[in-house]
Amino acid sequence: MTEQLYYEDVAVGSEITPLVKQPTTRQLVMWAGASGDYNPIHYDKDFAQSRGLSGVIVHGQLVGSFLGQLITGWIGEQGSLRKLSCSYKSMNFPGEALTCRGRVSKKYVEHGEHYVECNLWVENVKGEKTVSGMAIVVLPPRGSPAS
Amino acid sequence: MAENQSSIDGVRAKIGEEWEPRVYEIEKGMIQRFVQAIDDPNPLWQDEEYAKKSQYGGIIAPPTFILIIGFEQIQQQVSQSIPYGTVLHGATDLECYQPIRPGEVVTVTTKIANIRQRQGKMGKMVFITFETTYKNQRQELVAKCRQMVIGY
Repeated sequence: MTEQLYYEDVAVGSEITPLVKQPTTRQLVMWAGASGDYNPIHYDKDFAQSRGLSGVIVHGQLVGSFLGQLITGWIGEQGSLRKLSCSYKSMNFPGEALTCRGRVSKKYVEHGEHYVECNLWVENVKGEKTVSGMAIVVLPPRGSPAS
Repeated sequence: MAENQSSIDGVRAKIGEEWEPRVYEIEKGMIQRFVQAIDDPNPLWQDEEYAKKSQYGGIIAPPTFILIIGFEQIQQQVSQSIPYGTVLHGATDLECYQPIRPGEVVTVTTKIANIRQRQGKMGKMVFITFETTYKNQRQELVAKCRQMVIGY
């Protein structure tokens, strides 16, 4: 498991260590089974092509969950994810690497909790942002009883 | 398109109306399949021994796991009300209040928050926003989610 991240460790502008995912058609089938999302656009190439696409596309929520993985891996066990927003801008295709990235946009203490807000995005191999989003997390401060 | 329009008007008439809540028992296997599908190695989701020593005292589900609970209700509504060929996710806004653990019982209540139509490059497009609340067996709010689905 990764090291615990503390509130004092991050500053506005700090970058989250990027997470590279390479979804395959097999992974899309696994996601369909796990999530119950059997929209054929994610596994039936003929159907996807009949809808004007070059092939099957990656489920938006799978990519959203990759951003969840980026954040939970970064904040560590004592951090907690309070809000995650994703806007799916354009399609992602299996076989193409996706890089999940984020940057701290704000940090503040409210009601005794230490909040950090981040902008998030997913880039495809062409460097296009296919998903953009934001997260609000709570981090432990150094010297807290849990640390 | 007349038929499409009437089904969209039917959806519009039901904005804000909560659907019958559905109850889901969270099994460890559901969480495992979810984590394997994402390919997330975090031991907190799967390693019982590790999780036992964590502040949670046992396995918890990743925050985005809740998105799949009761999602089939949204899918059913979408396939009935958007008789178009292509359905995509447009946006997700998730608020998490508590982690979900295996063995918990989650009650899911969904309503349609908004529907709008617009002429897009792919023809007429419809955008439906769903709002879902998730409560545990103690009737505590565990998460809320807004999901926007696009059909064309």
